[in-house]
Amino acid sequence: MTESNIVTSSSARTVLDSAVVRFAGDSGDGMQVTGDQFTAAAALARNDLATFPDFPAEIRAPAGTLYGVSGFQINFASQDVFTPGDAPDVLVAMNPAALKTNLRDLKRGGLLIVNAGAFNAANLKKAGYETNPLEDGSLNGFNLVNIDITKLTVAAVKEQGLSNKEAHRCKNFWTLGLMFWLYGRPLEPTIKWIQNKFHKRDDLVQANIAALKAGHAYGETAEISHNRYEVPAAPVASGTYRNIGGNTATAWGLLAATQLSGLNMVLGAYPITPASDVLHELSKFKHFGVTTIQAEDEIAAVCAAIGASYAGNIGVTTTSGPGMALKMEGIGLAIATELPLVIVDIQRGGPSTGLPTKTEQADLLQAVYGRNSEAPLCVIAASTPGNCFYMAIEAARLALKYMTPVILLTDGYLANGTEPWLIPKLDELPRIEVKFRTDPQGFHPFLRDPKTLARNWAIPGTPGLTHRIGGLEKDYDSGHISYAPSNHELMCQTRAAKIAGIADDVPEQQIDVGDESGKLLVLGWGSTYGSIREAVQRCRTRGLSVSHAHVHYLNPLPKNLGELLKRFDRVLVPELNLGQLVKLVRSQYLVPAESFPKVQGQPFKISELEERIRQMMES
Amino acid sequence: MSNIVEPTRLTKKDFETDQDVRWCPGCGDYSILANVQRVMPELGVPLEQMVWVSGIGCSSRFPYYMNTYGFHTIHGRAPAFATGIKVANPKLSVWLATGDGDGLSIGGNHLMHCLRRNVDVKILLFNNRIYGLTKGQYSPTSEVGKITKSTPVGSADQPVDPACVALGVNGSFVARSVDVEAQHLGDVLRRAAHHVGTAFIEIYQNCNVFNDGAFDSFTEKAHKAERQIRVEHGKPLIFGANREKGIRLNMRTLALEVVSIGVNGVTEADIVVHDETNPTLAYMLAHMPYPAFPVALGVLFAETRPTYDGSLSEQRLGAELKQGKPDLDKLLRGGETWTI
Repeated sequence: MTESNIVTSSSARTVLDSAVVRFAGDSGDGMQVTGDQFTAAAALARNDLATFPDFPAEIRAPAGTLYGVSGFQINFASQDVFTPGDAPDVLVAMNPAALKTNLRDLKRGGLLIVNAGAFNAANLKKAGYETNPLEDGSLNGFNLVNIDITKLTVAAVKEQGLSNKEAHRCKNFWTLGLMFWLYGRPLEPTIKWIQNKFHKRDDLVQANIAALKAGHAYGETAEISHNRYEVPAAPVASGTYRNIGGNTATAWGLLAATQLSGLNMVLGAYPITPASDVLHELSKFKHFGVTTIQAEDEIAAVCAAIGASYAGNIGVTTTSGPGMALKMEGIGLAIATELPLVIVDIQRGGPSTGLPTKTEQADLLQAVYGRNSEAPLCVIAASTPGNCFYMAIEAARLALKYMTPVILLTDGYLANGTEPWLIPKLDELPRIEVKFRTDPQGFHPFLRDPKTLARNWAIPGTPGLTHRIGGLEKDYDSGHISYAPSNHELMCQTRAAKIAGIADDVPEQQIDVGDESGKLLVLGWGSTYGSIREAVQRCRTRGLSVSHAHVHYLNPLPKNLGELLKRFDRVLVPELNLGQLVKLVRSQYLVPAESFPKVQGQPFKISELEERIRQMMES
Repeated sequence: MSNIVEPTRLTKKDFETDQDVRWCPGCGDYSILANVQRVMPELGVPLEQMVWVSGIGCSSRFPYYMNTYGFHTIHGRAPAFATGIKVANPKLSVWLATGDGDGLSIGGNHLMHCLRRNVDVKILLFNNRIYGLTKGQYSPTSEVGKITKSTPVGSADQPVDPACVALGVNGSFVARSVDVEAQHLGDVLRRAAHHVGTAFIEIYQNCNVFNDGAFDSFTEKAHKAERQIRVEHGKPLIFGANREKGIRLNMRTLALEVVSIGVNGVTEADIVVHDETNPTLAYMLAHMPYPAFPVALGVLFAETRPTYDGSLSEQRLGAELKQGKPDLDKLLRGGETWTI
């Protein structure tokens, strides 16, 4: 947040290019709702934006504890935004635990809004404070605004006669009202949202609106002497926009695939964080020919999806890392029987249960290699929440065209993050052509298209084409079971060649930012797109010879990638793991690519990447 | 072409494939296959509308020998594949071949959920009380103390009874038969085929290589009249070479007991009449300890109730009626949008 002037009058506004705001509170404080509503307001004001919700794995963690803190960060700007921002300009801390866990990220001199009403002895003790930070001078480096939000909220909702507990729960809307005042946002969209959300309880509608208005009025009546801000609209390509999150975009991409292919879809899924929202979303669209099966386990989920593909639907399964591990034998069968299958792995921190609600680029090697024997399949990855839509369509297109499982990798950061999204026109989306075999003449189940090497898809119900398939090796020429040594090698090579051939059907690797050759290429994949892009751009404005390329197709890799890497003196691969893509490119292209790993359950900060790039350029 | 072709009547031969059957000579699976191929033409289901699904094990080679669509999947998971197939295309007649290891050990979970959901598939569980394909380890239906390669001093596990499991998880059709009883197995298969919902048939099957004679004591001609009871809906539970024995409910202990008709004043009126819609009776019959009681064969339980695939089809239809044709553009443009 760069301020051009300091004003104290509440009527004047400081114009900002961008602002990063973080809401932090107890799990029960409604910080995600506050963040969502603040985001909606920014989107309606036509800011470009990116968000990052960060919440605990516990559903109802004990109140006031450090591990029960839930956060929501938004970066909104009058220019392009690629990440939710490194460090907040404004931190809203609803209790001592939220202050303790988030203060270290707040910029020096940043605006710190604190609910003083929650800073009682018990909460201070739970957060591990020996003295009250609001009183001991430890916050002197920040612009502290100290308000008893609890008390003011209770007073504001008094008329509705709510219970003490219910009255307290309105304080997130009071806080939102204050923030709306600070950034000059209208209240009406949120009022509408409240009316809709609580339509069964008029007292809650009235109370939350009263709290929202009271927070806004508190600012308006200049009870705090702080300058107000304005973040003007961002200049973006013309078109109709909406705000979208990664899991919604993934689900909608899959829905689009049903319309583009004319096929019905069966989703087999088992609830798992952070993937369950895709199941929830798809289960609302039965009229798109989508059937969702909440299976008994991850294995049954993938097996039901494969069964559906065998019967002529698009079989889809959605999961996260530990679920992927369970599905792998089933995926191997889909490889052996050469059936289309879309697997969406919304990655999270591991190993084992790991960090269920935290992001990690955990499963690239599992996706590419994690099966018994020679079991190649196609792996692709989405780079932004909106990109999940297109990559989900692409996963279905490749699965159906090549009769193969396709793994789409997204992650917790993409899944829950949001961005404004230019709504595509339907005729801009790819058609997905599907041909079922109907001709009995010369049929056997493993007859292949000579170009794609995809086998012909003959579905049950088709007269004259009854046949048996399974996990045992098949004879190349008849599709019957065969243990013949040379046939097995031929089949392994054919399955590998089929997947390798996909490289001819996908876009060549582009340089996303910078020159086509130079001293350093920063090579990324997946959700690190925004941070890498921004870091590389910043380094370029400082005159460094650095470029950014972001890989969406991970197996097979784009066919020009090896040549592209060799145009740079050095290659840096930042990943939210201990170095997975770097292993792939080193083994495939024999380039001395260098890893920049981070495994903290958190995305890269732009500054971290910038610093690493500068270090490399200096060494 | 709009002419309606009258389906030609299929024969047993039509259901046979060109593949050599690779079970051991003398295996009980041969007679099960022959009986299935004999009954299938009677059902009037065209070859292409039938799918046989299996997991892994000797029994799971079954689909290769049926000239229908077939899917030989992975160990234990066949019910999940069958669920996906049936949900994707509810018109298909879906059959499943499994064994005691495939269905009750590695695949116990999926079998249970298929049964409780009442997916409209027919499950044939070949129970030979041994692992055959891995060459002779004890299975979850093997008796305690079973000496096998993996249990040289005897197995310590208590076995499960497949029919009791199926009843316990609320299966809507549960029956038992024997590989070599062609007539009886044929009748049970026909009943299963016409049941709408999951039909579960436990078939006692002899593995002549690794567990030969496991069921001889109640399947051999000399003993079977005394040691089997064929249950039939609406008929008294009578057995014995001279039909002189019956099953009575002891009202004091609420347990079944074997009684001799004509002895101690017992008459046929005292004998329980089989009611296949009574789940309590079905469980008692399935659970009768052998050899104190005979082994109950036949349809133990059958009840019509909504199927999983049928309910999902209804939900899809309901959504089409309520929400109309899919409109992707409307979906993408729904909610808050802004135009620049």
